[in-house]
Amino acid sequence: MSPMSGRHSNRGYWIGFAIVLGLLTAAPTVLPPFWSRFVTEILIWGLLAMSSDILIGYTGMISFGHSAFFGLGMYGAAAALLSVKPPNLWLAILYGLVGAGAVAVFVAYFSTRLRDIYFGITTLVFSQIFYVIIFTWTDVTGGENGLNFRQPALGLLGWSTSFTPETLHWFVLAVVTLSYLLLRRITQSPFGMVLQSIRENEPRTRAIGYAVERYKIVAVMLSGLFAGLAGVLYAIQNKFAAPDFVFFLVSGEVVIFNVMGGVGTLVGPVAGAAFFLLLREGLSRYFEYYLIPVGIIFTLMVIFFPQGFLGFLRRRLNQ
Amino acid sequence: MSVGIPLEQIAVQTVNGLVNGMILALVASGLTLIFGIMDVVNFAHGDLVMLGGFVGATTMAATGNFWIALLVAAIVIAVIGAALQISTLRPLLGRDPLTTILATFGVSLVLQKYALWQWGPSARQLQEPITGRFDLFYLQYPWYRVATALLAGAIIGALWLFLKRGTYGIWIRATTQDRIMASAMGIPVPWVHTAVFAIGAAMAAASGVLFGPLGGVTQTMGADFTLRAFIVVVVGGMGNLGGSILASIFISLLEAYASLFVSPAQAVIVSFVALILTLLFRPTGLFVPTPK
Repeated sequence: MSPMSGRHSNRGYWIGFAIVLGLLTAAPTVLPPFWSRFVTEILIWGLLAMSSDILIGYTGMISFGHSAFFGLGMYGAAAALLSVKPPNLWLAILYGLVGAGAVAVFVAYFSTRLRDIYFGITTLVFSQIFYVIIFTWTDVTGGENGLNFRQPALGLLGWSTSFTPETLHWFVLAVVTLSYLLLRRITQSPFGMVLQSIRENEPRTRAIGYAVERYKIVAVMLSGLFAGLAGVLYAIQNKFAAPDFVFFLVSGEVVIFNVMGGVGTLVGPVAGAAFFLLLREGLSRYFEYYLIPVGIIFTLMVIFFPQGFLGFLRRRLNQ
Repeated sequence: MSVGIPLEQIAVQTVNGLVNGMILALVASGLTLIFGIMDVVNFAHGDLVMLGGFVGATTMAATGNFWIALLVAAIVIAVIGAALQISTLRPLLGRDPLTTILATFGVSLVLQKYALWQWGPSARQLQEPITGRFDLFYLQYPWYRVATALLAGAIIGALWLFLKRGTYGIWIRATTQDRIMASAMGIPVPWVHTAVFAIGAAMAAASGVLFGPLGGVTQTMGADFTLRAFIVVVVGGMGNLGGSILASIFISLLEAYASLFVSPAQAVIVSFVALILTLLFRPTGLFVPTPK
C-alpha cells in the first residue's frame, strides 16, 4: 500500500487507541465497584487471550495448553509472595515469569516439532501433566485447595502503598497496555513477519531458508511468558493460586476468546474475552448452565463467522 | 520398591489393563475411523461416551435390562451423532481441519453442560448384567469385566468385517482413499461421512454403557476419555484402526502397571510420556509399518 494511506489509517488507529485507553483509565472512577473489578478481570483475561493470539492468529498454531503458562505464572507469584517477607510485587512478577518461562521452554522444545492438531494435542497433554503434578503434589502446591497469600504492596524505588481497587486497575491496565504495545511491535517486526509467513505457507518459508522450528520455539516461549504475566496479575488480584486454573478448560476458554473476538488482531481476543465474560455474567444470573448457550454461540461463530467481531478491522489493526 | 511387587499383583494388573484397553480401543476406533475418513478431529468424542453412558443408565432404570440399555444408547447416540455431523461438520467440509477442532470443542462444551443439567453432578453406577466371579489369585475377579473385553473385541471385529466385506464398508474405504474419485463413481460422499460419524458415535455410546458398571458414569468423564482416545490414536498412528487397538492395550497396560507404584491419578502421566516420546521419535505411530 502507499505510504500516504498507511499514515492516514495509522492516525485513525492511534486516535482509537487513545479513546479506548482513556475510557479504560476512567473506568474505576465512573463504574460501581463490581463492574470496575469486572473490567480489571477482563483486562487480565484479555492479556492471556492476546498472548495466545501470537500462536493462533499470527503463526497458525492452536494451543490448547495455555492454562499451563497461566497457572505456572500464578504459582510462581504464589511462591514469591509466600517465601519472601514482606511480599514483593516485582519479585512476584519475576518468579511468575520464570515459572511460566521454564514451562514454556519445555513445552516449546517438544511441541513445535509437530504441526496442526498434533501441536494442539501435545500442548493439551503438557498442560494436563502440569495439572496432575500440581493437583497431586499437595505438600508444595496445596493440592486441590491451592494456595492463599496476602496481596503485595505497590512499591517502586522506595515509595510504597497498598493496592486499592482503583490503583490495582491502573496497574493492570498499565501492564496490559505495555504488553499490547510490545506484542504489536513484535508482530510487526521482521520476526513477526516470519511468523506470519509460517502461517501462510510453512514449506515455502522453510524453502526460503528460515529455520521454521526455531521461530516457532521463540513464538511459543514469548506467548508463554505473556500468559504467565497474566497469571501473575490474576494471582495478585485474587490472592490465591488454584489448580483449576491449570486445567485445560481454561485453555479452551482462551481459544474461545480468540475465535469470538477475531484472531490475528491482538485487540480482538481482548474483545472476545470481554464478550465471553459479559455473556457469562449476564446468563449465569438466569441460567446456571450458561455454557450451553455460550457453546452454541461459539460453534455457530466457527461455522458462519470465523473472522470474529473485530476480524473486519484486521488490516487496520496490524498497520 | 520393584522387588516388593508380588507376581500375582502383576498378573491382576495385566488382566485389568487388557480389559480397560479393550474399552478404550472401542472408543479410539470410532475416533480414528472419523479422523481417517473425514479429517475431523472430534473433540466431543469422549462426551459421546459420557452421553451414551447416561442414556444407558436411564434406559436401564426404566427397563431393568442391561442389553436393551446398550442397544438403545447406541441407537440414540448414533442419531444424535448424525444430527451433529449434519449441523456442524458438514458446513465445514473443505475448510482447514483446525476449524473442526474448534467446532467440536464447542459441541463438547454444550454436551457436557447439558449432561450436568439433565443428570446432575453425581455418578451413576450401572448394575452388572453378569454377576458371576472367578478366582484370580487373591481376589474374586468379576466375569463381567472379561465379558466386556470380549464384547468390545467383537464390536471392533464386526466393524472390521463390515469395512472389509460390506458394500457400504467398501464405500467408506473408497471415500477414505480418494474423496473426489469416490464422488465421481457415484458414492454419496456427504452421506458416507454422516454414516461414519454415526457409527463412531454408536461405538462411543457402547463403550460408555460397557464402562458404566466398572467406573460409573459422570458428566466429567468425557474429557478424560477424549484425552485418552487422542493419546491412543496418535500413539497408534492417526487413522489406523489396527494401530489404535494395539495402542489402547499398550497404554492401558502401562497405566495399570504404573498404578502399582503410584496413585491412579499420577499413573496417567505415564501415558502422557508415552505419547510425547512417540511424537518425538516415531510421529507416524508405534504400531504401523514405517512409511516409505
